[in-house]
Amino acid sequence: MIIKILGTGCAKCMQLEKTAKEAVKELGIDAKIEEVKDITKILEYPILTTPGLVIDEEVVCSGKIPSKDEVKKYINEAMKK
Amino acid sequence: MDFFIDLLRGGVDALAEYLSAHVITCLVPAFFIAGAISAFLSQASVLKYFGPKAKKLVSYSVASVSGAVLAVCSCTVLPLFGGIYKRGAGLGPAVTFLYAAPAINVLAIVYSAKLLGYDLGLGRAIMAILFSVVIGLIMAFIYRKEQSKADAKAFEMMASQGHDGMSPKLQFLFIGTLLGILVFAAGKQWIIMGILLVILAVTLWRFFSKVEVKQWLSETLRFVKLVIPWLLIGVFIAGMIRTGVPESAITSSVGGNGLLANFTASFLGAIMYFATLTEVPIVRSFLDLGMGQGPALALLLAGPALSLPSMLVIRKIMGTQKMLLYVSIVVVMATISGYIFGLVTQ
Repeated sequence: MIIKILGTGCAKCMQLEKTAKEAVKELGIDAKIEEVKDITKILEYPILTTPGLVIDEEVVCSGKIPSKDEVKKYINEAMKK
Repeated sequence: MDFFIDLLRGGVDALAEYLSAHVITCLVPAFFIAGAISAFLSQASVLKYFGPKAKKLVSYSVASVSGAVLAVCSCTVLPLFGGIYKRGAGLGPAVTFLYAAPAINVLAIVYSAKLLGYDLGLGRAIMAILFSVVIGLIMAFIYRKEQSKADAKAFEMMASQGHDGMSPKLQFLFIGTLLGILVFAAGKQWIIMGILLVILAVTLWRFFSKVEVKQWLSETLRFVKLVIPWLLIGVFIAGMIRTGVPESAITSSVGGNGLLANFTASFLGAIMYFATLTEVPIVRSFLDLGMGQGPALALLLAGPALSLPSMLVIRKIMGTQKMLLYVSIVVVMATISGYIFGLVTQ
């Protein structure tokens, strides 16, 4: 599983990255977390406001910081697919 | 050596002066309002007006004022600008949003009015809204043959992610009460402010859940953490400018209200980088050293909207040619509006 954090490096984006890392660790799954900071790459995803959370190339959440439980929920849903 | 000590002392004095009680009392409510807007106002409801299917007239008007709701830091502005341009209402509304957003958020207006006077504070907001539409229309006209890759899906997805539950009436009451507190605190009408505080407390207790209140406070705290460190640095630099830059250098370059003075101010503003709100104390220092009212507005209009780093990002999104055109239009517009403002206020 590849999890991408879309964001130009603002405080919100760093918070999301931290949350995502913790969620992955607690779930004990094998996932790679990547930061996408290049604005042109960010714009290739259908999001309008950062930070964005992308799991296996699908945007699951954008424009807000999800809680750790929400991130876990997104990951579990993506695993079922 | 003495010179450097004087510079440092200037910075420290400025910190003490700009952060004195009367400035803080007006900034504190503004932070709470910014937090409330970010936590409760449905941003999704605004975004639908930027979609490819929205009417152009609506897109432009919403773009010119929505910075007040959407953009409290530049990391929100640029992705949204890119999205509107590439997938939504197109270049014109995107540019309008890009230009107006930094000038009209509640913190910028309140701080400008308090530190620079109500003329400049209000002038800044009104001019920014008007000229943002003009700049957007010019850009859209020049590149009228270009089509954006309309993608209604992204906008619909955003709209479905909105905060739900809170009625518009309640949002209105809540934000209205906060604005009232801000206005009456600035006017030192303590009794009315007290009554409003009671209304606020009742509203919070009666209609808001614990989670919502917590959200509001944590958004507020986030803004404080985001803005205050930069502001302290900005104020310190402003103090050093006031001590270190000779008055004659300012009066001869940006004093009075000549076209050249306005142009110099707007060109300087375009190149310099201002972190959130730091443009305000720096312009205050320039004013103290003899900068004219017109050039001050020109700098405020060109400054936060443009900087070398932001130009690089804008260039990545819309290409070198459009970026250069945008920058030139902004500099010219800021010069003209500064000039007009200087004439009106003289």
